[in-house]
Amino acid sequence: MSAVDPTFDLDGQPIALQPGDTILTAAARAGHEVPHLCWSAEVSASASCRLCTVLADGRPVAACVTPAVAGQKVECRTALLATQRLRLLQMLFVEGNHFCPGCEKSGHCLLQVQAERAGMTDLNFEVLNPERPVDASHPDVLFEPNRCILCQLCVRASEEIDGKRVFAIGGHGIATRLVIDSASGRLGDSALSVDDRAAHICPVGALLPKRVGFAVPIGRRRFDTGDTRG
Amino acid sequence: MGDAADIASEAARAAADAVLDRWQRDPLALVQVLRETQAVTHWLPRPLLAHIAAALGLTLAQVEGVAGFYRFFHTRPVGRTRILFSDNITDRMLGSEALLAQLCARLGVAPGEIEAQGRFSVDRCSCTGLCDQGPALLVNHHQVITRLNAARVDALADLLLAGTPVEQWPAAWFDVIDGVQRADVLLSGLAADAPTLPVVLAQPPQALLDAVAQSGLRGRGGAGFPTARKWQACRDAPGPLRCVVCNADEGEPGTFKDRVLLASHADAVFDGMTAAARAVGAQQGFLYLRGEYRYLLPQLEEVLVRRRAQGLLGRDACGVVGFDFDIAIHLGAGAYVCGEESALIESLEGKRGTPRIRPPFPVQAGYLGRPTVVNNVETFCAVAHIARRGGAWWAGIGTAQSTGTKIHSVSGDCARPGLYEYPLGTPIAQILDDCGARDVQAVQVGGPSGACVPASEFNRAIAFEDVPSAGAFMVFDRSRDLFEVARHFARFFAHESCGLCTPCRVGTELVVRRLDKLAHARGAGSASAFDIERLHDLDTVLHSGTHCGLGASACNPLRDTLRHFGEAYAQRATAPQFQPDIDLDAELSSARRATGRSDAGAHLHTDTQA
Repeated sequence: MSAVDPTFDLDGQPIALQPGDTILTAAARAGHEVPHLCWSAEVSASASCRLCTVLADGRPVAACVTPAVAGQKVECRTALLATQRLRLLQMLFVEGNHFCPGCEKSGHCLLQVQAERAGMTDLNFEVLNPERPVDASHPDVLFEPNRCILCQLCVRASEEIDGKRVFAIGGHGIATRLVIDSASGRLGDSALSVDDRAAHICPVGALLPKRVGFAVPIGRRRFDTGDTRG
Repeated sequence: MGDAADIASEAARAAADAVLDRWQRDPLALVQVLRETQAVTHWLPRPLLAHIAAALGLTLAQVEGVAGFYRFFHTRPVGRTRILFSDNITDRMLGSEALLAQLCARLGVAPGEIEAQGRFSVDRCSCTGLCDQGPALLVNHHQVITRLNAARVDALADLLLAGTPVEQWPAAWFDVIDGVQRADVLLSGLAADAPTLPVVLAQPPQALLDAVAQSGLRGRGGAGFPTARKWQACRDAPGPLRCVVCNADEGEPGTFKDRVLLASHADAVFDGMTAAARAVGAQQGFLYLRGEYRYLLPQLEEVLVRRRAQGLLGRDACGVVGFDFDIAIHLGAGAYVCGEESALIESLEGKRGTPRIRPPFPVQAGYLGRPTVVNNVETFCAVAHIARRGGAWWAGIGTAQSTGTKIHSVSGDCARPGLYEYPLGTPIAQILDDCGARDVQAVQVGGPSGACVPASEFNRAIAFEDVPSAGAFMVFDRSRDLFEVARHFARFFAHESCGLCTPCRVGTELVVRRLDKLAHARGAGSASAFDIERLHDLDTVLHSGTHCGLGASACNPLRDTLRHFGEAYAQRATAPQFQPDIDLDAELSSARRATGRSDAGAHLHTDTQA
């Protein structure tokens, strides 16, 4: 990086930016994680979870879709934003049914690790207790809609990477849901293959390849730390 | 039975095919195709959606996603005649809930349910924009009935039970009046001797743009963005094709000014759109008409036909060589969020009306990626006047920062509801005085997404620099409970959330549930200061980064009423400490049944009696 490279300020640190950078991608390249759930470098952004909300010159914006601007002052690690992230995570937890101890995604789950990093110890809000039937119709992939956080990563991966359109978003408001493209509306009748990227991109335990749930034992998983490695 | 179902689905497919042919199987027309098909088939069964998807080259999931997004599309059976009661707070203040109950009782049907013989269903919908002549209802998402009262509802029940077709109902029921109480320049219309549009458009595009810039005109849809800056950005954006869209998705509860402008000043609106197209270099125009105003469609289409015949639209429009511009009307299907310009464009493209990620903004990449100007009906109407009388004339009306006039849709507790047009900068007190409002407690200015102004601030003026307004002016006298007003608006926002972003999707629902707890709807007397704290919490989250303005403003009524009418909340939160809004002991009843126990040890000891 030369002295003339444009930079912006992230929590007091200069971050170099390149053409086309969002705040999130520029920060990531410099080794700073902006907390996120629905963003992946593999697919286009949906900006739905809002966990990556930062203050850009004082204005709240989603870092995943907001272009980085030279000279801008971006705040990410403030007390207010930490509370905001905690509340958003608590909202996602009460919206669905997230029982980490009984979930095979535990330890690999981005929602779980973000909640842990945010210091979440309670739900804060009342639980909504949805009743969404599990779809086990596919021979190789389980769909557990109670864990879906509507990040749209599977929708985008199926379309943009797999060249299929297995998923879509349906409904509205609190009844928004993942819709599966098949005559029956069930995953087993869809064009999804376990080899599809869409079958693996889910950040939570809503879409899970079958029969490999515990191939990596608890304690040796992606987000296990010194504390959780037995 | 199976044969009958087959014949029915065959008839439904034939109906869809006729609509699909009319739209040349264009996937961009999906919302229009669904709407027109459902007008024949009453609802949209899944196999029919699959048929439409195949015809348009879309997946069933995509079509299902669109059908499930708009409140006016039914993916479950509904009655052959569908009655929707307008459910704005002003309708309720005029007794709409009792009338709905009366109709349901007469018809033997529960709200939201289909009648046993499938003849009718009765439900509620968001504000239909008839607040000055309510309570109102929608029939089959097409006709509107105004000025409901017990006698009218009784007669309506008779006709429904007799199976009388809508076309034979008393014509007076469908009367919609303009209700202009105070006209200034816009509602007075163009002067008879005003220059014609071809004369106006003979000037170079930049001169049109400069006139709008000089006028200081700011968008009338709510955000107040300078119109000329929007146009200049669109004009400067690269690309051969441009669009001009008129946002007639007047969904903000309590707003009905655009309905009157479209009904009585449509030529001025289309003049404004055409001038905008000339200024930015657009070829394609859309009027996005909210589904609730479907009854205006035939007369608006007539105006467009006449204007084409007059040479005001089409090739070399207005006699300007090389200026090819025409306007098409697209209907919405019941989605408040489509009033947000990028959501509106998504809807125009036949998709779910979810606001886009910005940047790029519509002026850079809008409809089909083309630079697109989206302006409100009233904005275009103002342009029609400014293009003729000059920017300096408009800038001379109103205040320095808020030029021109503004039309207010006045409803609620006042003697003379209707439209009032004033120069911007007019104090709230004067409007209240003019409309005959007495003993006023608060005014909701700009609708639920605007501000709840208490009596102590009635000296404030409606202007961008003081109290901005998108046009609603709902009056509440001292007999009204502002907590219930806020709870009503909270339900509205939860109902209208598009569901994309976490804070709006979940937060609006959590606000409703918390307010329901305070309203004693559940867990009587169980609310405490803890619940008020949680409401403040939710307000903070929704004001700190949602995907669009709907979420950002969804807690405005809550915030304003907590601030100005905190007592209405405090008196509902009298429990000394937190109590759950579920009856914990009742939750154990299934366990008691399973174990056959009813002794004291099988009960939780709480304050609440099981």
